[in-house]
Amino acid sequence: MGMVTNVTSLGRNGVYDWLVQRVSAVVMLAWFLFVGGFIATHGDLQFIEWRALFAQIWMKVFTLAALVSLLAHAWIGMWTISTDYLTRLSLGSSATFVRLVFQLICFAILLVYFVWAVQILWSI
Amino acid sequence: MLVSIYRYNPETDTQPRMQDYEITLPEGKDLMVLDVLQMVKEQDVTLAYRRSCREGVCGSDGMNINGKNGLACITHVSSVVKNNKLVLRPLPGLPVIRDLVVDMSAFYKQYERVKPYLQNDEPPPAIERLQSPEDRAKLDGLYECILCACCSTSCPSFWWNPDKFLGPAALLQAYRFLADSRDTKTQERLSDLEDPFSVFRCRGIMNCVSVCPKGLNPTRAIGHIRDMLLERAV
Repeated sequence: MGMVTNVTSLGRNGVYDWLVQRVSAVVMLAWFLFVGGFIATHGDLQFIEWRALFAQIWMKVFTLAALVSLLAHAWIGMWTISTDYLTRLSLGSSATFVRLVFQLICFAILLVYFVWAVQILWSI
Repeated sequence: MLVSIYRYNPETDTQPRMQDYEITLPEGKDLMVLDVLQMVKEQDVTLAYRRSCREGVCGSDGMNINGKNGLACITHVSSVVKNNKLVLRPLPGLPVIRDLVVDMSAFYKQYERVKPYLQNDEPPPAIERLQSPEDRAKLDGLYECILCACCSTSCPSFWWNPDKFLGPAALLQAYRFLADSRDTKTQERLSDLEDPFSVFRCRGIMNCVSVCPKGLNPTRAIGHIRDMLLERAV
């Protein structure tokens, strides 16, 4: 069992990963429904209204929550994909290296998105 | 009827191949796939497959029948044959020893990992550990598993991670002992299951449910394990 428990993902535990995956999905759904609803109810949406929406602190927090949810969701998903398909069974002895590189690339991309999005959000 | 069978003998063959046999089915009888295998064996004695009880109890003759895992002895030819053709392959995802015989070590190893026996650290009573009829009923649909491996070898998560994901058969047995009122190691058992692989690689594909020759539902048992883990974690 040691071998299995040592290799962990975001929550360092399968239960938390499972839970994070579901909760983050709900947060994202709420955000997209809200923003979708906002766009639908503002037929002739102008930059000024769009900016005013994101200038409010609650919208910044809500958007940040959706962003963190998206990144966590993506990380758990990509980590799972890599450990399903980039394994010793499919790739032989180079599997660990390939998996590590894949995960580092994913992590770097998510980190860039995070910093970039925070910067955009707080520049409003 | 054309019977196409996966043949591989690692001692003489460099690669597996499909070999065709022409079998004349008797009129007015719906044979089992195992009967057909017996007729092929009469034509070609080199064909290897496992079989024993021929009534769906021992779980020896699990194989891939026209693309779906099942027990040859209780699968009617009429229920699987399309265009007068029967294709038999070994259970997917396990190493082939010869023809339809697979090495089940990986499968048994996962079964062993869930400690499939009653653990109770209380002093044993004079006669036996009693259980209410209600508690006993919780084991229905769990204890009947015959370990034929049809479910685990039809599960993509088990194909990808046979060493880390326990697979439906072992998880059904894990829940069989989690649900047992006489077992006192529930917490230890749950601790052994909370990593990201053992239980949580289940994606709810439900191939296990669709192929189980005993009509059991490993996906539901896995859901119960997840509920128990979640209840403990939050």
